[in-house]
Amino acid sequence: MAEYMAQGKQPEVLFWVGCAGSFDDRAKKITKAFVKLLHNAKVDFAVLGTEEGCTGDPAKRAGNEFLFQMQAMMNIEVLNGYEVKKIVTACPHCFNTIKNEYPGLGGNYEVMHHTQFLKSLLDEGRLKVEGGKFKGKKITFHDPCYLGRANNEYEAPRDLLRKLEVELTEMKRCKSRGLCCGAGGAQMFKEPEPGKKDVNIERTEEALGTNAKIIAAGCPFCNTMMTDGVKNFEKEGEVAVMDVAEMIANAQDL
Amino acid sequence: MAYITKILFLIALVLGVGYFTYNIRKVISRIKLGQEVDTSDHKKQRWSNVVRIALGQSKMVVRPIAGLLHIVVYVGFIIINIEVLEIIIDGLFGTHRVLSFLGPVYDVLIGSFEILALLVLLGVIFFWTRRNIQKIKRFWAREMTSWPKNDANIILYFEMVLMILFLVMNAADLALQRGVAAGTFTSETASHYIQVGSYPVSQFIAFLFQGMSEGTLIVIERSAWWLHILGILVFLNYLYFSKHLHIILAFPNVYFGKVVPKGKFKNLDSVTNEVKLMMDPSADPYAAPPEGAETPAKFGASDVMDLSRIQLLNAYTCTECGRCTSECPANITGKKLSPRKIMMDTRDRLEEVGKNMEANGGEFKDDGKQLLDDYILREELWACTTCNACVEACPVSIDPLSIIMDMRQYLVMEQSAAPNELNVTMTNIENNSAPWPFNQMDRLNWKNEN
Ligand code: SF4
Ligand code: SF4
Repeated sequence: MAEYMAQGKQPEVLFWVGCAGSFDDRAKKITKAFVKLLHNAKVDFAVLGTEEGCTGDPAKRAGNEFLFQMQAMMNIEVLNGYEVKKIVTACPHCFNTIKNEYPGLGGNYEVMHHTQFLKSLLDEGRLKVEGGKFKGKKITFHDPCYLGRANNEYEAPRDLLRKLEVELTEMKRCKSRGLCCGAGGAQMFKEPEPGKKDVNIERTEEALGTNAKIIAAGCPFCNTMMTDGVKNFEKEGEVAVMDVAEMIANAQDL
Repeated sequence: MAYITKILFLIALVLGVGYFTYNIRKVISRIKLGQEVDTSDHKKQRWSNVVRIALGQSKMVVRPIAGLLHIVVYVGFIIINIEVLEIIIDGLFGTHRVLSFLGPVYDVLIGSFEILALLVLLGVIFFWTRRNIQKIKRFWAREMTSWPKNDANIILYFEMVLMILFLVMNAADLALQRGVAAGTFTSETASHYIQVGSYPVSQFIAFLFQGMSEGTLIVIERSAWWLHILGILVFLNYLYFSKHLHIILAFPNVYFGKVVPKGKFKNLDSVTNEVKLMMDPSADPYAAPPEGAETPAKFGASDVMDLSRIQLLNAYTCTECGRCTSECPANITGKKLSPRKIMMDTRDRLEEVGKNMEANGGEFKDDGKQLLDDYILREELWACTTCNACVEACPVSIDPLSIIMDMRQYLVMEQSAAPNELNVTMTNIENNSAPWPFNQMDRLNWKNEN
């Protein structure tokens, strides 16, 4: 982004990579796949790089409003400094926080989840989504809480999957009644409370029950949780957990 | 004699309505113990929510069987209560079926009341079966201790009895009408029972009364009439003690329900001020707070007074249906957390605080208890994934998650009592601007990796 600024230009969109997308090995693959799609669709985009900081979502949901607002204010200062107007992110938690909680602190941007952005590229004819190797494959989509229930977006990822000509099969608990993967509310970073089983196991069980070959996800944290779940059932040889962006990039052998 | 019954009726009515009003005012004053919130926004959406969710019960039908039956019972119960209007007029003025001058309209009214009464009766029996025979899981959870279970059944029995009384009253009336028309009943009292109304349901019970004397029939009809109206007044007063309060509070509660995206949690203004101060290089952090500045607020909630009025209204509105809990990922996987319990605990504690204040002349006397720990356990609070499934599931727009969040805020910001792993996470965010111990300077490394 700093480079754009130096040249006095504004990119079409700022790609907010997020902490998982920047540091987590699995999530970095999603970041790279999404970047390939952006290049492919000739989207003029920038990233903040080392100027990006955690949005504060885990701090806020853990109850640390101070830390959240500190993070938010720092990020807003950077974003406003660059006069950013439009943001896309592959993480529903970043998406939700920037879209819903930053405006009250002075950060007003148009924020899109990457599946929404890809869908708009598709509608504009800038991105080609074709079945390729996924054609006819049985796939189930796990709704991220912070995209679905939190922000009422259920269709953008499904539209993309349909474009991939997959056989989309729904779990019983889907869309507004979708079951959480167990990562939200800062659960990702702590051990679960005592109980009968872990949430991600419950959810993976349900996903495996559809006999889907791929569990499609739209969130790096869901991705981790479901991948762990699949490993727990020793099904990693048969069932893959993939981000929607990875699938599109993969279908085109990008 | 007629004089005395009129007075008795008036007394019953005044007592019934009076005690009810007294208790409702108590509810309102208890809700007012909570923090004020500005709800002047989104007026249009709020009203449309009331129409869709409260009146239209759009969330109930997510579970079609229970939902549709609930609508039957609800619509039936409300409409049949138009009949109460007539009963009150009759009772006060000693008339009999005063609205019968409506002619054919009256026939239709009474006819539809009867059909609805039958449907309500069937619905209620079905509900009773689901709770007690089928033992649907959400009605037998940990927080469903003996009182909540009894409460649910008492409501069902009330409704059954009221509907049966209504039908018996009509059947006896019909038998009397027939007798008068046939010229067998000739007394002065019987002559009140002129032929009015249509009785599509009670005509099938009327055979029970065949051959009964005029006097017996009048006693049956009058008893059913009195028991019906007294029953309604008692039921009205039962509401305050019961989860059935939702039949009234659901409407304001839905109006005040969350109108912004579910993922949007409120930002604490008190924190914003402090953070701004900290980030403003020109501000002197050691400067004394300006004259008249508010004392720093307590962050988060540890007791009911720290919650908002909406959250307290939520607690009184909760129907204890458990739809939230049955969709809660934490609860499904055996954790202690149950969003329904959060609401029930809040109501119980609020009642306790209210009674405490009443006993101490309006002042709250510290009772060494609070909502946190004495009702809601930390273990419950930390099990929440903030997934919003409970909020989505609630048919009356209750937000249990907001209470969980407020209490977490108290734990973290007032007590530094987060689970250890979360403290590590937060320290990481503070130091490296990421929840993991990575170097901020490595943020863009992915770009050059393959
Ligand atoms: S938000 Fe928390 S309490 Fe509500 S359903 Fe999800 S995990 Fe359960
Ligand atoms: S909070 Fe809502 S869903 Fe949960 S028990 Fe109460 S009324 Fe039912």
